[in-house]
Amino acid sequence: MAVVLETISLVKQFNGVIASDNVSLQIEKGARQALIGPNGAGKTTLINLLTGVSRPTSGSILLDGEDITDLSTHKRVRLGIVRTFQINQLFSDLTPLETIGLAVSERRGQGLDWWRIVGSRPDLVAEVVEILERFHLTDVIDKRTAVLPYGKQRLLEIAVAIACRPRVLLLDEPAAGVPEEERHEILAAVAALPSDVSVLLIEHDMDIVFSFADRISVLVNGALFVEGTPEEVAHDARVKAVYLGEELVDA
Amino acid sequence: MTPPPIAVRTATEWLSARARWHPLEIVFWFAAFAAIYLFPARHLILTEIAWLGLFALSLDLILGYAGIISLGHAAFFGFGAYTAALLAKHEIIEEPVLALLISGCAAMALGFVTSFLVLRGSDLTRLMVTLGVALVLRELANRYGWLTGGADGLQGVSIKPVLGVFRFDMFGHTGYTYSLTVLFILFLVARRLVNSPFGLSLLSVKSNPLRSSAIGISVDARLVAIYTVAAGYAGIAGALLAQTTAFASLEVFSFDRSADLLLVLIIGGAGYLYGGLIGAIIFKFMQDYLSALTPQYWPFWIGLALVVIVLVGRDRITSWTTPIRLMAARLNWRALARRSAERL
Ligand SMILES: Nc1ncnc2c1ncn2[C@@H]1O[C@H](COP(=O)(O)OP(=O)(O)OP(=O)(O)O)[C@@H](O)[C@H]1O
Ligand SMILES: [Mg+2]
Repeated sequence: MAVVLETISLVKQFNGVIASDNVSLQIEKGARQALIGPNGAGKTTLINLLTGVSRPTSGSILLDGEDITDLSTHKRVRLGIVRTFQINQLFSDLTPLETIGLAVSERRGQGLDWWRIVGSRPDLVAEVVEILERFHLTDVIDKRTAVLPYGKQRLLEIAVAIACRPRVLLLDEPAAGVPEEERHEILAAVAALPSDVSVLLIEHDMDIVFSFADRISVLVNGALFVEGTPEEVAHDARVKAVYLGEELVDA
Repeated sequence: MTPPPIAVRTATEWLSARARWHPLEIVFWFAAFAAIYLFPARHLILTEIAWLGLFALSLDLILGYAGIISLGHAAFFGFGAYTAALLAKHEIIEEPVLALLISGCAAMALGFVTSFLVLRGSDLTRLMVTLGVALVLRELANRYGWLTGGADGLQGVSIKPVLGVFRFDMFGHTGYTYSLTVLFILFLVARRLVNSPFGLSLLSVKSNPLRSSAIGISVDARLVAIYTVAAGYAGIAGALLAQTTAFASLEVFSFDRSADLLLVLIIGGAGYLYGGLIGAIIFKFMQDYLSALTPQYWPFWIGLALVVIVLVGRDRITSWTTPIRLMAARLNWRALARRSAERL
């Protein structure tokens, strides 16, 4: 399979703390890849580096073999690298309808259109409605995002990302903090992502990871520790030692 | 569990709801134009309200829609004022409307150049940087007295008739009609702009720049764009002052002017375009009334009003009118919901 997104010896230091330690990661086309690791392992840091939210201390990032290390976030989004956030990053005063409408119009390159009224392109609205239906948000389209139930906000996080038509989608703990009875809606949304989109999923819940991923990368102390199929990772003694040990300590 | 589907038509209506004309808006503009015939004796103060309203509208574009706070917006106002005054004095462009457009463009150019200074940093840095830019301009105007007339102001400006037909008069009749027309046209443009996809993107940048860039918006470019447009609006407001008074002085750049402007917008409320206009009306009439009553107490009352407004307002900047506007919006939504329900 062709590699879409790749990092080469990525290092990120925060005054002394090494958050990414020589990470060389590959994401293949259509991948269902999971990135796991204990709290503070550097998972979110890696996503920030991949999306250009922060710049690596050294190393490089390639998309389809082209170096994008110095590209700004919004340009990477145009190239198809899209993410969701572990902690909701939404527009609290906009409605889901406006939020998705904005994302779609930006993706279509109509964001500088200043003479047209929002919603005056029927094909755009149709696409927005389709996305809102797919993510079960039609009952709250007119509510300010700030007042939505938390589960709906998490759905909106993913819906916004999908509205950008990603080629590579980086999901940072999409179900984090969602109450048990609302989780399945998020998981169903993740499971139903278009198959041509390459997905990297960060998740702590091992049931989700093993049912979703066909490849798992384990990050420990900023470094890639083990990589392989779920089968291989599940039976890896080192992973058990680090990961389960960690869980035992947690418990 | 799955919520019901929704008609594209309904979604379209909801999306364009912000852009729909409210009856009160029509009343507002009707009254403004009716004042041309109804209050000829008040045309001087109404002219001042018109350019102050335009100036505050300009600040609303950057503060209410893009979240850029400024204490130096007089920089662009003054630049436009001097440009218009100089164009007329040296008989470079004699027709006021054309001179007005050129003054606006000059202020836009200045806005574009200085916009890069406000891209980074907190509200505090922005306050200081904008304040600094206005101070620098004022000092430059003072230094180059041969051009600007220095501390005496630019004397001997005479303004030719608007479009070669409408002569300015000392009662402000032409001045008010002219200023109001300019204000109305620029308001329509601004209204269009804030209700466009571009306007929506400004709101998103104001609300969450991190997410805005994560959906492919170049945050810096949007801020530069709106700052430049707003500077042009401020420049035209300044040019209106210069043309209707046939004068420009260093005072156009003053800190007081920038600070009063912020006050005007806070009185009226930021983020719905009418705040600056309503604020200008209240501010000017209050000033007129109170300073006639007790000249030395005017700053006292305005200071008191400021304290009360900010204390009553829930939010620091988005003002005490927010609850009222939210209520109006709610009513609007309701009507819309009812109509779409009927259709289903
Ligand atoms: N902006 C920052 N400044 C300083 N240190 C940071 C910064 N961001 C992350 N770190 C540090 O980098 C390390 C990795 O953090 P990161 O958020 O990437 O972990 P994570 O794997 O996402 O953890 P979690 O599972 O809790 O989300 C941590 O030690 C964290 O304190
Ligand atoms: Mg994290």
